[in-house]
Amino acid sequence: MPYDSIVCVKQVPDTANITAEAMKEDGTVNRAALPAIFNPEDLHALEAALEIRDLYGGTVTAVSMGPPKAADVLRECLYRGADRVILLTDRRAAASDTLATSYILCQAIRTIGRFDFVFCGRQAIDGDTAQVGPQCAEKLGITQITYLEQLVHLDGQVVQVRRNVGHGWEIVEAKLPVLITVIQSANKPRPAAAKRVMRYKRARAEAELLAELQRERPEASNEELQEQLGRRAAELKSRGLLIEQWDLDDIHADLSRCGLAGSPTKVLRVQAIVLTKEGYTEIPATEEGIRQLVRELVVDRTLG
Amino acid sequence: MIEPNRQGEVWVFAEQEDGSLHDVALELCGKARELADRLGVKMAAVLPGWKVEELASRLTAQGADKVYLVDDPRLAHFQTATYARVLCTLIDRHRPQIVIYGATPLGRDLAPRVASAMRAGMTADCTDLQIGDVTDPRTKVLHRNLLLQIRPAFGGNIIATIVNYERWPQMATVREGVMPLLPADHSRRGDVIREHVELDEALLALKLIKRHVEPRRVNLKGARVIVAGGGGVGSRENFRLIHELAGVVGGAVGASRAAVDSGYIGKEHQIGQTGTTVRPALYIAVGISGAVQHRAGMEESAKIVAINTDPNAPIFSVAHYGIVGDLSKVVPMMIKALKERK
Repeated sequence: MPYDSIVCVKQVPDTANITAEAMKEDGTVNRAALPAIFNPEDLHALEAALEIRDLYGGTVTAVSMGPPKAADVLRECLYRGADRVILLTDRRAAASDTLATSYILCQAIRTIGRFDFVFCGRQAIDGDTAQVGPQCAEKLGITQITYLEQLVHLDGQVVQVRRNVGHGWEIVEAKLPVLITVIQSANKPRPAAAKRVMRYKRARAEAELLAELQRERPEASNEELQEQLGRRAAELKSRGLLIEQWDLDDIHADLSRCGLAGSPTKVLRVQAIVLTKEGYTEIPATEEGIRQLVRELVVDRTLG
Repeated sequence: MIEPNRQGEVWVFAEQEDGSLHDVALELCGKARELADRLGVKMAAVLPGWKVEELASRLTAQGADKVYLVDDPRLAHFQTATYARVLCTLIDRHRPQIVIYGATPLGRDLAPRVASAMRAGMTADCTDLQIGDVTDPRTKVLHRNLLLQIRPAFGGNIIATIVNYERWPQMATVREGVMPLLPADHSRRGDVIREHVELDEALLALKLIKRHVEPRRVNLKGARVIVAGGGGVGSRENFRLIHELAGVVGGAVGASRAAVDSGYIGKEHQIGQTGTTVRPALYIAVGISGAVQHRAGMEESAKIVAINTDPNAPIFSVAHYGIVGDLSKVVPMMIKALKERK
């Protein structure tokens, strides 16, 4: 039987590979200078959904919450095989903590409607919290299965999953629908398909079209921009290249549960880590130097 | 959520598996005790499970004034829904001001589910917890004795202090090994309070089919000396040098995430924010560039020796001794020097 999956994906700054360009003079990281990438574990979540569709039929819908630029990861989803993608973008969603984010995603999932699976990456590399998946599951009122390693069995409305429990694994069985968070060892994400890249590389969300228009015609009036935007969007839509875009009204979100207002946790202060080079004893990479180091470690009783 | 309750207790979720307490639960008791003393309130552990009553005395010895015991056969095996129901029910019933959980795979599965159901705040993977007075910069209201939840973010490139002004309880997870395990005091006495929580069948949505738990073979936390290799080691074969050096010095083998991801060694050896946090007497970092995620897991080591070809590698910022050089030459020299010592 066919299964419908929804995948939550996020565009994140590549915090794992700090480039020299992103390193400021004072030894802190300029976050804005980091390249934006597809959150690594979300690629595995997408792959898990695509594998189910390839085996059993059904659909894969990817949804991403973020600024207009987050449409990049949605195009990537299209390249790799997603059937439908939705950009969830709204300034009023800014500064959402994990609780508010999960509420917004949950409203989007409800708006999409029918589903058998929701897949999320275990965590995003900008915050590393791993909270949004379980919080979405709670809000949807469905079973959560974290740390998917392998889909063992799927038959009718029952799924068996092997999940990593840190120092081992367990196989659990649950009735659909379920929300599953996925870790890197679960699968090997397929690359983008060249044909799909050719087909979807011009796919755009309205927010992107507007930004493009504003760049092209900085002097245009608002009416002119809106009129142009409507024309371009309609043209893309007729070719199946308009990325669906929703705001908080489209998903009937209660604004008191979104953004700063909906976030119980507040960032009080942020302190940049300063990397210094000073403060250590340099040992020459010679036999004598290293012998001296070992002697010192013995003398101060570090080595017994 | 519950309203701020300044007389509320400080709680620790006492994670146990098959009747044995997780180390992190005992570590957190020490921190919770400190927070509770600062606030002048009681410290309690919440212990759900089946036939786990005898674990209560260990929690008391680590500082708990009370242990809320929920003993039920349906709690024998962890399930998110049942355990979350236990936590939510007890939080509603007793209105604690702080609840902390170990940031274990289980804790990170459970805690956000509880926070979502309570519509309360939750901060993941804190590396420090403090009490402090905070003025909300937007409303200018002064909040006394808030829990300051301190954690690395953005791949560890920043340290953020998070607070929760009014949607309590203030909740956080803390990684294993971050808080020191305090010596047990077996003369301490505490109350064991049996709690009943309604668990309907609908909560038992998961069926356990099979379970395979590996014994913890790598005792990184208990090691006096750790020799850790990183991506710079270059291959699984070269990683033998790390094992050899560890053998000579009588230490355990650790690894950075880069080395684990490259398949040089198993994940159980990983040190850092997404691995084990260690504080040995001596830490030798070989070919580890020292991303903040890694440094967060080892910078408390008493002595750190870093070996790297790149003199600008961030690992040197936490090192006591630095050797700039090719590890394939430096490590054999070190092995030789250590053997000569004996």
